[in-house]
Amino acid sequence: MTATLIWILVALVAIGLYLSWTAGRLDRLHARIDAARAALDAQLLRRASVAQELATSAVLDPAASIVLYEAAHAARQAEEEQREVAESELSQALRAVFAEAPQVEGVRRAPGGEAAARELTEAVRKVPMARRFHNDAVRAARALRRHRKVRWFRLAGHAPFPMAFEMDDEPPAALVDRAA
Amino acid sequence: MRIGIVCPYSWDVPGGVQFHIRDLAEYFIRLGHEVSVLAPADDDTPLPPYVVSAGRAVPVPYNGSVARLNFGFLSAARVRRWLHDGEFDVVHIHEPSSPSLGLLACWAAQGPLVATFHTSNPRSKAMIAAYSILQAALEKISARIAVSEYARRTLVEHLGGDAVVIPNGVDVDFFAKAKPKPEWQGDTIGFIGRIDEPRKGLPVLMKALPKILAGRPQTRLLVAGRGDEEEAVESLPEELRPRVEFLGMVSDEDKARFLRSVDLYVAPNTGGESFGIILVEAMSAGAPVLASDLDAFAQVLDQGAAGELFANEDADALAEAALRLLGDPARLAELRERGSAHVRRFDWSTVGADILSVYETVTAGAAAVAAADEDRTTGTGFMARLGLARD
Repeated sequence: MTATLIWILVALVAIGLYLSWTAGRLDRLHARIDAARAALDAQLLRRASVAQELATSAVLDPAASIVLYEAAHAARQAEEEQREVAESELSQALRAVFAEAPQVEGVRRAPGGEAAARELTEAVRKVPMARRFHNDAVRAARALRRHRKVRWFRLAGHAPFPMAFEMDDEPPAALVDRAA
Repeated sequence: MRIGIVCPYSWDVPGGVQFHIRDLAEYFIRLGHEVSVLAPADDDTPLPPYVVSAGRAVPVPYNGSVARLNFGFLSAARVRRWLHDGEFDVVHIHEPSSPSLGLLACWAAQGPLVATFHTSNPRSKAMIAAYSILQAALEKISARIAVSEYARRTLVEHLGGDAVVIPNGVDVDFFAKAKPKPEWQGDTIGFIGRIDEPRKGLPVLMKALPKILAGRPQTRLLVAGRGDEEEAVESLPEELRPRVEFLGMVSDEDKARFLRSVDLYVAPNTGGESFGIILVEAMSAGAPVLASDLDAFAQVLDQGAAGELFANEDADALAEAALRLLGDPARLAELRERGSAHVRRFDWSTVGADILSVYETVTAGAAAVAAADEDRTTGTGFMARLGLARD
């Protein structure tokens, strides 16, 4: 009798430890998503700021300036629900403005343009990276949260179900082309 | 930035991953970052100042061959101490799914982890069995890097998730500035790789050689690499054997001079390649490249724009392409030029900057790396796990 009780107790403790370990995993994944999201936000903001700076610096022609300014402004001001669309539109605007290599050359030749072009190149390269890392974390968390043990024991608590950040982040070819 | 790099393979045994890590570490040190590399090594091997030994790797049968791996309490303790002492902003783990230091570091670390997946082996049985354990360790990695689009695809299929593609780096100028050696010049075909490993493809080249020599009797084949030379030429008719020269293992300098000298570099590998660093090195040295059409090779050669491809394991196609190229100096010159331009994207200045961008991205929103059990002493870890201290 006591032996059975002890075994039940041991089993309960083992299950408890396993669940706590799983909760720890989940907690870590949520922290990873938060960090990845913060990084993605920072990169998006940086990209929009550089684009806006370029648009107002008069190194581009007026039409390109207006297109870029509009898109960058919209991306910075967008509400959470419109964010993905606004950021995609900024990507499209950047691609339209920097479709040709001479345009990039023009920016580089302007005073202070070298640094601006470098910052923009950095930004358009880092946005897809940050987004991929974010969505990778989201996928891992979702896979774990769909598991029975997590749903039955409500290990995720009140944390919202993580959503991937979907947008068009294709960088302008003229900016990222490295071939000498 | 304080960067910790984990190398899964013995530092004393030369290999692609080890060279990659060495070059990467030295690149970061030149930029003024603090770098520490944790690698398996015999205690008496001389190590560069930035390498910390994780103890001797033990040869174990794994995945069909004998691999030298690190595991057990002692290694785990060394990993933990290294993480604790290093106080790294980011830890970069290479080959995290091999049951060695990479996996141990994944288990023990907490904070921004970056991982590079080098191989694109199909998933082994052991990995399927250990999937849930592996998943728990791998999900700590904040950023994954695959060395090629092909490696990324395998990674996505086998482990899920996504990765950014950053190719392996090469010091392009080291190869571009090497001096050609006259005795290796003049209608020569080059091959570098283990002679006795069939997947490096020397048997395919040997099969194609009689045809090539029938068309161009003055051609010589130069082979650099370890292995049994007698056995390698066994399939050749006696009178053709003098047309093959074996150079044995060559130093890095000689490798660069070798690639600068040959008229055509042939990579007949039959499979198991996830990147093809040797093609990049050959292009850096300005050698026209003729390679088998493996996925990884096709990608490195820009789908055939920067070097020619032939149907894998097809000796006749190889012979035909080699004859056509050697007889067309204009085409060779064009390949040299295209290769040299294409290869700039694999230079360390580009690759290193990309990897640094990854570090900056993952550290932007996170604290430094710590050994995983440290936070228990502060009272948040274990209680949090029991759900008692969570918000």
